[in-house]
Amino acid sequence: MALSVDIIMKRQKFCLAVKFEAKEEIMGVLGASGCGKSMTLKCIAGIEKPDSGKIILNGRTLFDAAKKINLPPQERSVGYLFQNYALFPHMTVEENILAGIRQKDKQAQLARYSKIFYLTGLEKRYPKELSGGQQQRVALARIFASEPEIMMLDEPFSALDSYLKWQVELELADILKEYQNTVLFVSHNRDEVYRFCDRVAVISQGNLECVSTKEAVFHNPETLAAAKLTGCKNHSRIERLSNDTVEAIDWGLTLRVTNSISQDVSYIGIRAHDLKLANDETVENTFEFEIVQCIEDTFSFILMVKHQKATLGNNALLRVEVSKEIWRQVSCDRQRIYLTLPEEKLFLLKA
Amino acid sequence: MDLSPLYISIKTASLATAITFFLGLYAARFVNRQQRWQGIIDGVLTLPLVLPPTVVGFFLLLVLGRNSLAGKLLEKIDINLVFSWEATVIAASVVAFPLMYRASCGAFEQVDEDYIYAARTLGMSEEQIFWRITIPLSWPGIAAGTILSFARALGEFGATIMLAGNIPGKTQTMSTAIYSAVQAGDDDTAFLWAFVIILLSLVIMISLNYWSNRQRNLGEWR
Repeated sequence: MALSVDIIMKRQKFCLAVKFEAKEEIMGVLGASGCGKSMTLKCIAGIEKPDSGKIILNGRTLFDAAKKINLPPQERSVGYLFQNYALFPHMTVEENILAGIRQKDKQAQLARYSKIFYLTGLEKRYPKELSGGQQQRVALARIFASEPEIMMLDEPFSALDSYLKWQVELELADILKEYQNTVLFVSHNRDEVYRFCDRVAVISQGNLECVSTKEAVFHNPETLAAAKLTGCKNHSRIERLSNDTVEAIDWGLTLRVTNSISQDVSYIGIRAHDLKLANDETVENTFEFEIVQCIEDTFSFILMVKHQKATLGNNALLRVEVSKEIWRQVSCDRQRIYLTLPEEKLFLLKA
Repeated sequence: MDLSPLYISIKTASLATAITFFLGLYAARFVNRQQRWQGIIDGVLTLPLVLPPTVVGFFLLLVLGRNSLAGKLLEKIDINLVFSWEATVIAASVVAFPLMYRASCGAFEQVDEDYIYAARTLGMSEEQIFWRITIPLSWPGIAAGTILSFARALGEFGATIMLAGNIPGKTQTMSTAIYSAVQAGDDDTAFLWAFVIILLSLVIMISLNYWSNRQRNLGEWR
């Protein structure tokens, strides 16, 4: 087991409780901003000190509150890519990379990593003279040159313009493919996490809620937080009516579900593109909705719809995404519409 | 015309600034890292800035004078600090120290902590980080502190006259020379030294402003 983390940390009102293990893989850490993602990385790096627990990396104990072990960051061998890259602004590219090299033969290492990260020719430039993508490459070169046993990337694309982002993302994917150690990829962006990672940990309000394969987290989220973070726009409180039917309170719908309903679920969710247009109410889980708003998005139409029995709250509206061709065929200035919520697309969620 | 007060003043202020530079930097680093007692230590270190220089001089006499423990120890190896040139340096250093210390504290606080964290995870030692990251990144503030310390050391009077006296050619600085000249009714000499001090201080303050503007406007990496 490459990395094992089990820590608790309290700071004023915020409480971080994180427990997970990662192998030599790219593990995503998905969470909203301020949920404790960066704090977790800082604890692993030795910048912040947890109150209790343990952090073990490749058999070395980095932190153990019970045994009073707390290695300084210098001895942890942890690579940390900061959100803003933290390139030393008064040093050239070359000096920045040299700052992280621990071996004797510094020049050879420098030449090697400059080449890998396409920095040859930029050695004498200062960070502010580089583009966002180049800055990220320098930051990565600097970290890789220090030969860490684990790589932690904190929102690696947040400082980039969107037109640069995709190019940088492709480059980073290539680089990480070659890296044999553990990578923790922290992001609030579900698409980035899905593209990069094998497994995903979901953090919500300081608590690590689940760790599983990305397929499981995205296609079958277990908690409300996981559903929201993976982009599920529609969710409603539920009341259990029988083994396979629930009352979705916010939406005002009575729904049939496939899975038998366990006691601890209290929400139901469905993705905006999983709702299907229908002609009448004969199919199961089909209802008539009033169209409250119709918004033209880049490649689809977004409908905000409401059932007549829905509550007044924020979650009463359902968001539906329909491709433009389909919508143009059926629309004709409609006020009302039939929609099916397919059983197999409904998520039953824990709070 | 005896120019020794000018030489003595410049020599004293330069050495005092050098001493204050390192003491101030290390003190600021030490206090920045303290978790507890930070307020108290900070207060004690800033005290010479707000106390009357005579109080500082009086305490220095008590600590370094012949009847003190330190004075007796120094006497055994044939060193007597009181009324020596070294005493002018000690007095000027103590009085200028808080300026350097406070400027450094403020400058260090301006440095984005992520740089320090990044340097640590890259394996740089704390000493390397201090000299290669923290100080270059807070250089404008440190430079300002250094210049202010020099100006303060150059103008030091009260503590100097109590600890080092006013011995022409040995411990008489420009400020103490003015005092002697006025007491002797020699207005010409007083005017001369007053003019030199004003000129020097003005040059220092203008260069300080120039320096900080330059840092702000065209600093090579900002």
